Amino acid sequence: MATMADFRYDKATWCPGCGDFSVLAALQQVCVRMGLEPEDVCCVSGIGCSGKISQHFGSYGFHSLHGRSLPTAQGIKMANQDLTVIAAGGDGDGYGIGVGHFVHACRRNVDITYIVMDNHIYGLTTGQSSPTSKKGFKTKTSPQGVAEEPIKPLELAIVSGASFVAQAFSGDLKQLQRLIEEGMKHKGFSLINVFSPCVTFNRVNTYEWFKENIVNFDEEEGYDPTNKAMALQRIAETDSVCTGILYQEQRPAFHEVVLGATEQGTVKVPLEIPNDEMQALIDQFRRA
Amino acid sequence: MTNEFTWKVGGAQGEGIDSTGEILATVLTRMGYYIFAYRHFMSLVKGGHTNYKIRASTTDHVYYHGDDLDMLVAFDQLSIQENEDELIEGGIILHDAKFQAQTKREGLRVCSVPLLDMAKELGNPIIKNMVAAGASAYVLDIDPSNFYEQIEQQFGKKGQELVDLNKTAFNKGYDYIKENYPDVRRPAPQATRPSKGYLLMNGNEAIGLGAVLNGCRILAAYPITPATEILYWVLANLPKYGGKVLQAEDEIAACIMAIGANYAGVRSMTSTSGPGLSLMMEALGMAGISETPLVIVDVMRGGPSTGLPTKTEQSDVNGALFGSHGETPRVVIVPTSIPDCFYQIGRAFNLAEEYQLPVIVCSDLLIGMNKMGFQDLDLSTVDIARKNIVTQEQLDALEKGAFKRYSLDTESGVSSRSIPGMKNGRYCALTNEHEETGLEIEDVPMRKAQMEKRFRKLDVLEKNINDWGFEYKGAETPDVLIVGMGSTQAQIEEATRQMDGLSWGHLQFRCLAPFPKDTQKYFQAAKKVYVIDNNYTGQLTGLIAREIGFHDKLTPVLKYDGNPFTIRDIVTAVKG
Repeated sequence: MATMADFRYDKATWCPGCGDFSVLAALQQVCVRMGLEPEDVCCVSGIGCSGKISQHFGSYGFHSLHGRSLPTAQGIKMANQDLTVIAAGGDGDGYGIGVGHFVHACRRNVDITYIVMDNHIYGLTTGQSSPTSKKGFKTKTSPQGVAEEPIKPLELAIVSGASFVAQAFSGDLKQLQRLIEEGMKHKGFSLINVFSPCVTFNRVNTYEWFKENIVNFDEEEGYDPTNKAMALQRIAETDSVCTGILYQEQRPAFHEVVLGATEQGTVKVPLEIPNDEMQALIDQFRRA
Repeated sequence: MTNEFTWKVGGAQGEGIDSTGEILATVLTRMGYYIFAYRHFMSLVKGGHTNYKIRASTTDHVYYHGDDLDMLVAFDQLSIQENEDELIEGGIILHDAKFQAQTKREGLRVCSVPLLDMAKELGNPIIKNMVAAGASAYVLDIDPSNFYEQIEQQFGKKGQELVDLNKTAFNKGYDYIKENYPDVRRPAPQATRPSKGYLLMNGNEAIGLGAVLNGCRILAAYPITPATEILYWVLANLPKYGGKVLQAEDEIAACIMAIGANYAGVRSMTSTSGPGLSLMMEALGMAGISETPLVIVDVMRGGPSTGLPTKTEQSDVNGALFGSHGETPRVVIVPTSIPDCFYQIGRAFNLAEEYQLPVIVCSDLLIGMNKMGFQDLDLSTVDIARKNIVTQEQLDALEKGAFKRYSLDTESGVSSRSIPGMKNGRYCALTNEHEETGLEIEDVPMRKAQMEKRFRKLDVLEKNINDWGFEYKGAETPDVLIVGMGSTQAQIEEATRQMDGLSWGHLQFRCLAPFPKDTQKYFQAAKKVYVIDNNYTGQLTGLIAREIGFHDKLTPVLKYDGNPFTIRDIVTAVKG
């Protein structure tokens, strides 16, 4: 059985107080709790502060390009469905340059868990507005306040066909862990959007701000995460400042329905084709 | 030449031109002719002008569709206008009687045949293709039994009625010409039936087939002319071997999925054309610095931008050679023919895996979408050599967490990789510069050492590239050297047959990166070098000058109108 130490690798380089520490810790704890071995897990990240998570996490990893964690992760899962694949990144990474991949990963229902550390700002490039920055939010690139409406990842995921959509908060480690665990157990694409405050550049969306404003749907009586209409309505009513499992449906994962689906990962299928079958493939082209 | 003939059918897109051509191409191949079939088409679904040309030979493989034309079947006037210049003196036009044929050429034999009317009489206008085949068969003096055999094989499963209908249509066309134009003949030279059937295949199919046989188990791609057929063929054939095909949302995702899959241990590739290759440039660097095997097939078409999507060109070469940010070693292969596409894709997978780098196979529309008949493929070349992957025993022997994925202790520059799932093989593939275990670094000596390690791969590769990276024919020390890359092989070779009295040499590049430096001696000897470059800026010419010099000897021969080089283009350039 793997321990927490097995899922640790190198010292994290985030700013003291960064919300991303909680995400890493929660992920490590969940992997231990689920009895996973480090070699059976793969963590894929994009670029930005959040992108460092794949280096700090003790499993196999791929620190890919800006916005490209999802295609990388999907390629890995296609190659080996027996791996537990986690994609992770930030709001700029996932909802800016990566938003196209995000929508398609949702509709494809690839069995990966996508954790987005959403701090509403670009941290590593020192404080510009991000796709989830609230309208009017002042940053280095929006001195008069952001003019655009923010991307709404929860709604976007639900209408795009994600089969598990949750939102957590770095200031509530217990719930964060639980949601990551539920997401990892869920068969299909799971989004866990995590409010993960940037203590250096975002002075508005702070731990205190989230604590005051978050509505926890897990504690809300009558909230039914299988009811799509209810989910969309309640999320809108809180202006997306809510936590919990917001939406969930059971649907086959991509690797189960893809043409050529195999019981075991593609990586385990033989590469050699017997000689007579090679001949048969060539004979398709024979004119006789 | 008496051992060959050429035939073409033309009409509006959507009129069944391809199927008409396919019928004759198949019959001729079955009869033992070597053929090359060329499709001229436009980027629209219906209308415009399209044609299908076949060049057939009784004696030799045909790698190019030929400069001239013996016989044209025209479904409309536009087909005559567009193609009459290609006809030889005394050439034959069979045209549909639905229009009054006009030609500016004299000395052609023009025959009016009610193709559409006869098809309509049979209750199916589409079957005019079989009427046209029948008419062509009489002119070419091909025994109808050859067509009957093909019709039975093609339609037999769908019932006798359809077989009979097709035979009737064929006979109508045959008899009509026989009665009305009995003397219009262009007898095809006699083919000797081979002992077994020839293959009829295009380069895209050859790539798909080669990939599947050589262990490719995941293809992620986005549809784009002229590469889409690779996706089709692999989709139809790979799933039964447990492989997966994914139509990605765009080329960026396609290429990166292929990298992810390769990282996870599955031989994977992506296929695309110019605009898609541009989108894959950042991924190329990602494969390079993370040292992940990757195979990209780029079927080149006319550029820039969306350019000429249905026309051929060799203008992505600079992109393939130098594209992406920063510097990363890569291999660029340009297959020289349709069968060569099969052999080179197998090589690409082995090189990508052995050297852990991107291998770009630049085919082009000429060989990608056009078909040729040939005797067979050599299956003994299929050799799935998985190299430089650590074994579980090696990992078990290491201390916990001691595996160095990017170990500097390697002469070849290649460090063994582990595959996710292997115990004690953990590493993070990193697109940032990293130290030996994969952790991000910015320190000077390590950065230098990692760059040097990655580029050391080329030292080893360069040695092996000279064995297969080019082909040479001609005088040992030629006066005139004709140089080409990839698919121009066929036309250059035919052009050299008209170089009597010249001391010539023909050098054809198959690998552009690393550059095969053993070619130098031929440049050294030559007084004059003609570089056949299917692009505007002379990309091959520039590469040669950069790699080995000889600037004053190099004369680029350029073509960028969307059409492949003709033999005449080359002969004229060289002989003046």
